[in-house]
Amino acid sequence: MITAGIDMGAQTVKVVILSDGQIIGSSVSMVGFDLLESAQKTLDEAINTAGISRDDIKRITATGSGRKSITIADNISTEISCDAKGATWLLPSVRTVIDIGAEEARAVSCDETGKVLDFVKNDKCAAGVGAFVDSMSRALELTAPEMIDLSFKSTKDVQVNVTCVVFAESEVVSLIHAKTEKADIAHAIHDAIATRTTSMTRRIPLNNEVALVGGVANNAAVLAAMNKHLGVEVVIPENPQFVGALGAAVLAAT
Amino acid sequence: MTTKKTNIEFYRWTENVWKSPEKDWRKAETITCGIDIGSVSSQAVIFTDDELFCYSSTRTGSNSPDSAQKALTMALDGTGMNPEDIQFYVGTGYGRINIPMANKIVTEISCHARGANFMGGPTVRTILDMGGQDLKGVHCDENGKVTNFLMNDKCAAGTGRGMEVMAELLQVPIIDVGSLSLDVDKEPPPVSSTCVVFAKSEAVGLLRSGWTKNMVLAAYCAAMAHRVVGLLERIGIEEDFVITGGIAKNTGIVTRIEQELGVKAKPLKPDPQIAGAVGAAVFARALLLKSRKTD
Repeated sequence: MITAGIDMGAQTVKVVILSDGQIIGSSVSMVGFDLLESAQKTLDEAINTAGISRDDIKRITATGSGRKSITIADNISTEISCDAKGATWLLPSVRTVIDIGAEEARAVSCDETGKVLDFVKNDKCAAGVGAFVDSMSRALELTAPEMIDLSFKSTKDVQVNVTCVVFAESEVVSLIHAKTEKADIAHAIHDAIATRTTSMTRRIPLNNEVALVGGVANNAAVLAAMNKHLGVEVVIPENPQFVGALGAAVLAAT
Repeated sequence: MTTKKTNIEFYRWTENVWKSPEKDWRKAETITCGIDIGSVSSQAVIFTDDELFCYSSTRTGSNSPDSAQKALTMALDGTGMNPEDIQFYVGTGYGRINIPMANKIVTEISCHARGANFMGGPTVRTILDMGGQDLKGVHCDENGKVTNFLMNDKCAAGTGRGMEVMAELLQVPIIDVGSLSLDVDKEPPPVSSTCVVFAKSEAVGLLRSGWTKNMVLAAYCAAMAHRVVGLLERIGIEEDFVITGGIAKNTGIVTRIEQELGVKAKPLKPDPQIAGAVGAAVFARALLLKSRKTD
């Protein structure tokens, strides 16, 4: 059976197409003004990469913050369930999934079947999520990859306030004007994200293995800081930003 | 989210300068200056004796010393007065520790109370300062002396910076936000997100569902007003009530705060945004007179 998972996030939409336990296609694009149109376009691209036709897809499950707008889906599922399902499908020994997306950070505790046991998420404040990285890279006038490279060249510990994205941006600007090395600022930013996410994760049982997923999982500097703060070696599946969409495709097949 | 790129900076508010038309500063016994370097805006206020002589309000630049210099130069422009003619400087605000000309620094809480007392009169008891990066509720006595205060400086929700982010998103000049937000047929429910980053996404969602810009602005102003009222209720409201800081110029916020509190804010003339610097200039005069007495 061929199924598709659509993950409509705050910044990007991801689609994964699954055929009898094999990933046969995927695509990602920026979210446009019309959510449904963005989803449809991304689904079409994924269908192209899979080399199938739209009619071959038997079921579609939508997830992500914009899931309710995806009226082409047969059903919807929460990001929490999809993260757990997707991560354990890729890495069966995973019991804790940390997902850092553009606007949401979540930690999910699950069993070997990918069933959710407990979870925690940010709900009041965007400090420590992808939007934080974006905002800080703008302030530093660096691209996110440049910021990551530079972060590893840091020689001095400096502190960045992590209570508010808007304030942290002003604080970074002050640090720049105080002639603080950009490398040290970049390091402080990544460290701040990891600190924030780690303290949130500690509110649920932390069982090995721990996987980091979502767009921010591609950020090696955040990963290094997460390893340090969590005190465990965090694993990252291939294409971590697709884990939610994959979980949705897996759920569509069951 | 992709937004249309333009060169207009919608968050930019109008910088302004004012000087007293008839006063001759050369006849003054004391010339004092208050400089308020806030996180977003900076003001320089010059007093001749116990009266306002001139002021400027400008955007805070990349560092405090330059911002202080810029505000002072703007205020003095065309008055014939030089920085050396000023006999005492008091610095205040977020960047107060780094104002080179300051003879003394005073916290912005004390300065806002003193400035509100000067502009609003001795009956002022409660001051709400809505600045670029923090919210303060201050109580004072008839002399403008602080008796209690409460502040929020952990989160941008309800601050000027938050409003700037929203103006930029909706591509509405920030000075028009208040009036546009009041131009709605029916008051929409406030946005529910606390965080500015989330409120931004929520606003995009509302636009997607067919809301007009004015309705989104109304919902955001209402949420901001509600947050401020929450802070004020913790400290308590005693009249006269005044609002200082840049947001005091946003009628959309002020009207909604007044409605929710059931209390009218007494307007501050000439400009609620200069209250901190006015207070600093008042302190400067008192300190100057005290030093002359001891000499």
